[in-house]
Amino acid sequence: MSLILIAEQILNGLQFGVMLFLMATGMTLIFGVMGLINLAHGSLYMIGAFAAAAAASATGSFLVALMAALAAAALAGALIEMTIIRRLYQAAHLEQVLATFALILIFSEGTRWVFGSFPLYLDIPSTLNGSTTLPGGIEYPKYRLALICIGIGVGLFLWWLIERTRIGVQIRAGENDREMIAALGIDISKLYTVVFALGAALAGLAGALVGAIQSVQVGMGEPVLILAFVVIVIGGIGSIKGAFVGSVLVGLTDTLGRLFLPPFFGLFMEAGAANQTGSAIASMSVYVLMSIVLIWRPTGLFGVRA
Amino acid sequence: MKKLLHTAAACALAAMLAVPAAADVKVGMITTLSGGGAGLGIDVRDGFMLAMEQAGRDDIEVIIEDDQRKPDIAVQLADKMIQSEKVDVLTGIIWSNLAMAVVPAATAQGKFYLSPNAAPSPLAGAGCHENYYVVSWQNDAFAEAAGNWAQNNDIGSVILMAPNYPAGKDNIAGFKRFFQGEVAAEVYTKLGQTDYAAEIAQIRAADADLVYYFLPGGMGISFMKQYASSGADTQVMGPAFSFDQGILGAIGEAALGVKNSAHWSKDLDAPGNAEFVASFKEKYDRLPSVYAAQGFDTANLLISAVDKADVSDADAFRAALSEADFQSVRGKFAFGNNNHPIQDLYMREVVKEGDVVTNRVLGVAATDHTDAYGGECKL
Repeated sequence: MSLILIAEQILNGLQFGVMLFLMATGMTLIFGVMGLINLAHGSLYMIGAFAAAAAASATGSFLVALMAALAAAALAGALIEMTIIRRLYQAAHLEQVLATFALILIFSEGTRWVFGSFPLYLDIPSTLNGSTTLPGGIEYPKYRLALICIGIGVGLFLWWLIERTRIGVQIRAGENDREMIAALGIDISKLYTVVFALGAALAGLAGALVGAIQSVQVGMGEPVLILAFVVIVIGGIGSIKGAFVGSVLVGLTDTLGRLFLPPFFGLFMEAGAANQTGSAIASMSVYVLMSIVLIWRPTGLFGVRA
Repeated sequence: MKKLLHTAAACALAAMLAVPAAADVKVGMITTLSGGGAGLGIDVRDGFMLAMEQAGRDDIEVIIEDDQRKPDIAVQLADKMIQSEKVDVLTGIIWSNLAMAVVPAATAQGKFYLSPNAAPSPLAGAGCHENYYVVSWQNDAFAEAAGNWAQNNDIGSVILMAPNYPAGKDNIAGFKRFFQGEVAAEVYTKLGQTDYAAEIAQIRAADADLVYYFLPGGMGISFMKQYASSGADTQVMGPAFSFDQGILGAIGEAALGVKNSAHWSKDLDAPGNAEFVASFKEKYDRLPSVYAAQGFDTANLLISAVDKADVSDADAFRAALSEADFQSVRGKFAFGNNNHPIQDLYMREVVKEGDVVTNRVLGVAATDHTDAYGGECKL
């Protein structure tokens, strides 16, 4: 196993992590500010990917596709917040889970109804096709490099938004004490809609970016949703910094686990069995990571709430 | 007066005879019409119903239900169809886990089951049944054909990749059953995995002659798109499941030149195939997939048997089915001792025709291919 291969896999883990971050950050914001468990976040990811695929096939421009994904997911997010989610803030978590699970089913069948049952086509822009040579002789796909940059860029933007702007102050205040900021004269329902739409837009952006190298199909959001939950549990519920660290940890654990575990079991097992055992353990690795973190810090790495 | 009565009675009798008895054969189709895997079920259904429509049969009634790709729902639907709808023949299931849940129970109750797709190995070997007929292929067939092709085309070393679940392992075993060369690596991925960067890096590092992968549905789309943009240049091959018409639209030009094994192709030179492709395209406004061809063949097999025997006479109906006296769009078609097909398998290549990415036949991958499990079947 060469050093170049390992370096490449670390980049892959990072890329996977920052895309998870786009998903997880919206969920953790929504949970932190509104106290809502939103299972339908995966559907917003799917909506972003489908909107991007439709816009790309209509215009041929990837940039327009990304804009369409952001707009469609934010719009869908704002719409469900105003019509359905708003009624759930006071409800118990089980009721939130049931209602947002129903939203998954509605969005999935609705998307199938509009776009049909077959996966859609969405390709990466031709300028980012192929690979480039990084320092140290690592051949790395340009598009994945771009994903890493976009993910880190979004992270910086969110940090600026939360720490340096007025709306960020309101969001942070909302996390700490909902009643008090309402009493201070801030339109709390507008703030909730904005936060929800922001989270939705980030999920839609992730869907569009990842859709270009994966398959744009109904149900694509749910596997990511589960990993995003793992991320926010590891990072600490409600913490954006936690979501970032958790995402990168999960991305690296998953990717490096798949690389190292089969040869590791090969040291003391027969090759075929080692491959199967290694990959089986590798697919559990992120959950093992989550368990370890929870034993060590029950509120997650950066969590404050129990 | 008496004469008039006689005439009236005769007329009534004649009228009774002329009125078609409300469907002689009832067929229950349980297939996947909603959710992520719906494309396959819709193709099977559309192919099946196209054959029914072309035959213009009103003595065969088809009841269609959606299993949502869930075994428990498939079992419920099968119970309902057998007990309250009183169907004679069941068909339609796409997925092996659903077939394992439904088929043994249905055939044990004396119903016929014609499989338009899934054919797991337990039902081909010791668990075979006289009322269970597979019109598609045994699950390993495409992998065996690919292995045979690689063996006969001077491929020295291969990397094999599949999800870590029974069908994935069967596929890798099937490939190795016919391929005697070096296996450089066996890579097992997670079922439902969407990112293959780690595997692609391993493939690049291993430097084999060929990558054979079995990643059905969305997994295959993700892998192929990522592989094509990664700069890796090892030749890629797979079973038709990952390169079929419904999927090629989503992969696009990234799949051009990829070889895939199948029992059918839209350009296959078989009697009736060109007509099937044209009529399917006209009716549904898309190109047929292998699943559509399987649905079409399943319906035609059923029609051929209904023409020869009464479904209530199980022995005669079995004999009629076993003859397989219908024109398959694959050309020649026969049943082996375990009621699984004996057929030719082909290597196809992904090409672009105008704006459409599709497949064309490259050559024969296996002649009169049969499955490896017939020996364990006591029929």
